[in-house]
Amino acid sequence: MHIPQNIEEKLWSYIDGSLEKKELDTVEELLRSNNEWKNKYAELMEVHQLMKNNMDLEHPSLRFTQNVMEEISRLYITPATRNYINKNVIWGIGIFFLTTIIGLLIYGFGQIDWSQTGGIDSPQLQEINNINWSRVFSGTYVNVFIMVNILLGLMLLDMYLTRKKNERIRERNA
Amino acid sequence: MDARTTDNEIITRVLRGEHQLYAELVKRYQNFVFTLALRYTPGREDAEEIAQDVFVKAYKALKDFRGESKFSTWLYSIVNSTSITFLRKKKLDTHSLDSEHVMEVADSKESGMSANQVEVKSKVEMVTKAIQLLSPDDAKLITLFYKAEQSLEEIAKILGMETNTVKVKLHRARTRLKEKMEKYFTQEVRDLSY
Repeated sequence: MHIPQNIEEKLWSYIDGSLEKKELDTVEELLRSNNEWKNKYAELMEVHQLMKNNMDLEHPSLRFTQNVMEEISRLYITPATRNYINKNVIWGIGIFFLTTIIGLLIYGFGQIDWSQTGGIDSPQLQEINNINWSRVFSGTYVNVFIMVNILLGLMLLDMYLTRKKNERIRERNA
Repeated sequence: MDARTTDNEIITRVLRGEHQLYAELVKRYQNFVFTLALRYTPGREDAEEIAQDVFVKAYKALKDFRGESKFSTWLYSIVNSTSITFLRKKKLDTHSLDSEHVMEVADSKESGMSANQVEVKSKVEMVTKAIQLLSPDDAKLITLFYKAEQSLEEIAKILGMETNTVKVKLHRARTRLKEKMEKYFTQEVRDLSY
């Protein structure tokens, strides 16, 4: 009996375990009752086992790993900052600057003579009032500026959330 | 490094700054990557260049690896794209990877060889020689399936194909391999079986 090509494909699927239940039952029945099928199956199984147990891998040169590591040593991946920056130092620096700014503000306000009157008559204030701000910040400029900032903000937020998500997935799979 | 340490654990540590641990991943997969690269190009020097490029690209993109697929599947998909780019750069006919030309190339490998002319001393050698007689496409599929232990779905992802297409192509590749073995190694199969 001639075994058509698609029967051979069915047998390969059977060997790979990718047949549906109904097809699986049919093939198993044929393998029990039909000698042609049995012989063909034995042939294919021989090739399958041969490939599974005897395929060798090629080896690159002995220096391969070293070459790759030398190549990547020239690159730079930003390591997670938590590994090399002490959070206490960051907090310390932050508190120092904040204290300095607050101190300067308190000192500055302390120097102001609140008894003197100011107001619109002050020449400096009048100069400021004379500036035509609408020429500098037209509605379009402001809108574009705000939009660009919003976009940048959203992009940064997206990058941050994606990185967090990837870290979580990796840690879960590890 | 403990062999039981998973790829994902190593990746997490590399990304946290332990760059030297990447060498462990290179050692684990260098033979697979190199063998796959050899399925695209016959020259060992070219294959080694591709393999090195693959590991450098993988390192650069490591932060984008989400761990949704196996690291090996992700790495082999880089082998596929890098090899095709490499061949394009070398102005080789990459289209031939999917065309009838492949068969001509494969046939040319056989030219001048008569049946049972290939001498082999072991089953491993026989399998290696039989694979060399296949087209790059067939050899690639068989290597990914049998040696790199990738499922049909994973191979589909690596090669950017439908799973069913991969399934059919793999069936045909194995049938062609069987034919080559029958043509050139019938005696050897018999001898080595005993």
